[in-house]
Amino acid sequence: MASICSVLPALLCKFPAIDDGTIRLARKTIDDGFKGFVRSYGDAIDTVVQPLQWFLNYLEGAFVASPWILVLIVMVGVVYYGSRNVNITIGTALSMIAIGLVGLWNDTMITLAMVTVCTLISILIGIPIGILMARSDRVQSVVNPVLDVMQTMPSFVYLIPVVMIFGIGKVPGLIAVVIYAVPPMIRLTNLGIRLVDQEVLEAADAFGSSAWQKLKNVQMPLALPTIMAGINQTIMMSLAMVVVASMIGVGGLGKNVLQAIANQFFTVGFLNGFALVGIAIIFDRTSQAFGRRLQKHSEVIHG
Amino acid sequence: MASHAIEVKNLYKIFGPRGGDYVDAVKRGLGKAELNEKHGHVLGLQDINISMPAGGVMVVMGLSGSGKSTLIRHINRLIDPTAGEVLYDGVDVCKMSDNDLREFRRHKTAMVFQKFALLPHRTVLDNTVYGLEIQGVGKAESEKRARGWIDRVGLQGFENHYPNQLSGGMQQRVGLARALTNDADILLMDEAYSALDPLIRVDMQTVLLDLQKELKKTVVFITHDLDEALRLGDKIAILRDGRVVQQGTGQQIVLSPADDYITAFVKEVNRGRVINVETIMRPLSGNPEGMPLAMGMVLESAARAMTGAHVNAAHVVDENGRPIGALDLPTIISAMVTPTSHEDKRAA
Ligand SMILES: Nc1ncnc2c1ncn2[C@@H]1O[C@H](COP(=O)(O)OP(=O)(O)OP(=O)(O)O)[C@@H](O)[C@H]1O
Ligand SMILES: [Mg+2]
Repeated sequence: MASICSVLPALLCKFPAIDDGTIRLARKTIDDGFKGFVRSYGDAIDTVVQPLQWFLNYLEGAFVASPWILVLIVMVGVVYYGSRNVNITIGTALSMIAIGLVGLWNDTMITLAMVTVCTLISILIGIPIGILMARSDRVQSVVNPVLDVMQTMPSFVYLIPVVMIFGIGKVPGLIAVVIYAVPPMIRLTNLGIRLVDQEVLEAADAFGSSAWQKLKNVQMPLALPTIMAGINQTIMMSLAMVVVASMIGVGGLGKNVLQAIANQFFTVGFLNGFALVGIAIIFDRTSQAFGRRLQKHSEVIHG
Repeated sequence: MASHAIEVKNLYKIFGPRGGDYVDAVKRGLGKAELNEKHGHVLGLQDINISMPAGGVMVVMGLSGSGKSTLIRHINRLIDPTAGEVLYDGVDVCKMSDNDLREFRRHKTAMVFQKFALLPHRTVLDNTVYGLEIQGVGKAESEKRARGWIDRVGLQGFENHYPNQLSGGMQQRVGLARALTNDADILLMDEAYSALDPLIRVDMQTVLLDLQKELKKTVVFITHDLDEALRLGDKIAILRDGRVVQQGTGQQIVLSPADDYITAFVKEVNRGRVINVETIMRPLSGNPEGMPLAMGMVLESAARAMTGAHVNAAHVVDENGRPIGALDLPTIISAMVTPTSHEDKRAA
């Protein structure tokens, strides 16, 4: 290499980085600016997210404080109602009982509450943005790169601003999880609506449907299977992210995993890991079976 | 709610991002093939002028790709024209505001689609009430009206089936019931009967004719079947490459086709069901002979009546029973089998 560098001008050999002083200055300016922003608006932001905190605490309290048998019955009921599948229902009951037997019931309840809230918020944010994207190519071309960044940026990186703004706790954890889990919701809502048959839309137009009527009667129902796939993805990603979010103060199974890593508790780590896998499978199978049931109308294909 | 005529005036449609730039070139004679080759735009319609009769059935015919669906979509503006106007009751549909257009589509038009375009997630009944639901008609009332039409198109018992549980012909009839339930002044039917078997097809033609007797809607009907066109159409227009090559009554088109394209089109038609007795009668010479035939009777019925009565000669009488011409069985038969007029024209 040295030999090549002896003939090349130095500029082409060693990359001409901006000098350290400038970078340091830029970094300091941005960091200070951000900190200043957090200082001056911190209270306002806290007030805005306060309802989230209440909701999360309320749900967590409900899950943890209820007698386990009640929670189990409700869960089995929901799973059966959603999937109409006896195998999935029995599987759910058995996994929950196994989780309880190894003493992880409470932690699982905390994680369940967290995932439930994260999924609900992701749906609430994701579907409207997806609809907007489907309605306008310009919105799509703006939102898509943002989603790309959100999905590829290592999750630890955006924990930094989240912690700076919200500090440590459940709500910052929730926000981190939602940022991580909402992209598939947005993308698949957009995709589902864009895939709706043009001819059916034309028929809706021909009968004088308004934009809202078209959305409600045609686009959303026909996009629903794709949207359900998005919800399924979002749930899976929330479950993965609650473990990472335990680094900033989210309790539950993730926190146990984190402690197990720190202390090399092999068995504890795997037990908690399997509990997470268990609820992941329950959510996945139930939401998929529910999605399939929504497509009942397309079951019998006729020429 | 009398239906009005639809006037299509100087309508041009050029598909492509800069269609408007080529209207003048097309007016100066740029052809469909050349436009596509040189400029990458598709000529959909050019210089269409049709007056569609109020309360009558306007049939549009033409080969595949000749622009029939494009034309019918202009009437409820599913397609915006590149130039020209579509007038209904004096209002240009192409200039309506979004709101007016929506009201127009809701209350004045109903459409049957070539590819059915049913809502796959709704049952037959829920598809059929769609138009009324959009108008805001109550559930009980709209279901009552929908059930009536579902029965009339022969789908009773299938109310709760989903479209893809039905055959193509059944789906097409759902589309028909959906449009008829809307009870609009204008009925747009894009090959509405193309997927039906011959028996049901004739039955559905009767439905339309019965409807016309009572309600007199302005119907635009696209078909590839000339016999159907002649049976239903008060007026027929034939399109080729986006241009009207001939328009007029069925008789006019069958008896004097404008060019070889239309000659080829009408060659296979059952002439006995189209040509009227007065078209081929000769002037009366002396006393009327044989049996009387009413004006407007088609040759096939005349021949049937005459062979039934074992007579060889007949005379045509007008509404008041006065004899106005004469003809005999051989004349009728030869008019039914040989396309005299255009055969003569070619020979000349
Ligand atoms: N959206 C479009 N973009 C570009 N070209 C189009 C579009 N719609 C129709 N065309 C063209 O316009 C012409 C007429 O099409 P149209 O669908 O009106 O034919 P048609 O007479 O209804 O044929 P068919 O009997 O097969 O239904 C065709 O050459 C077609 O390629
Ligand atoms: Mg067509």
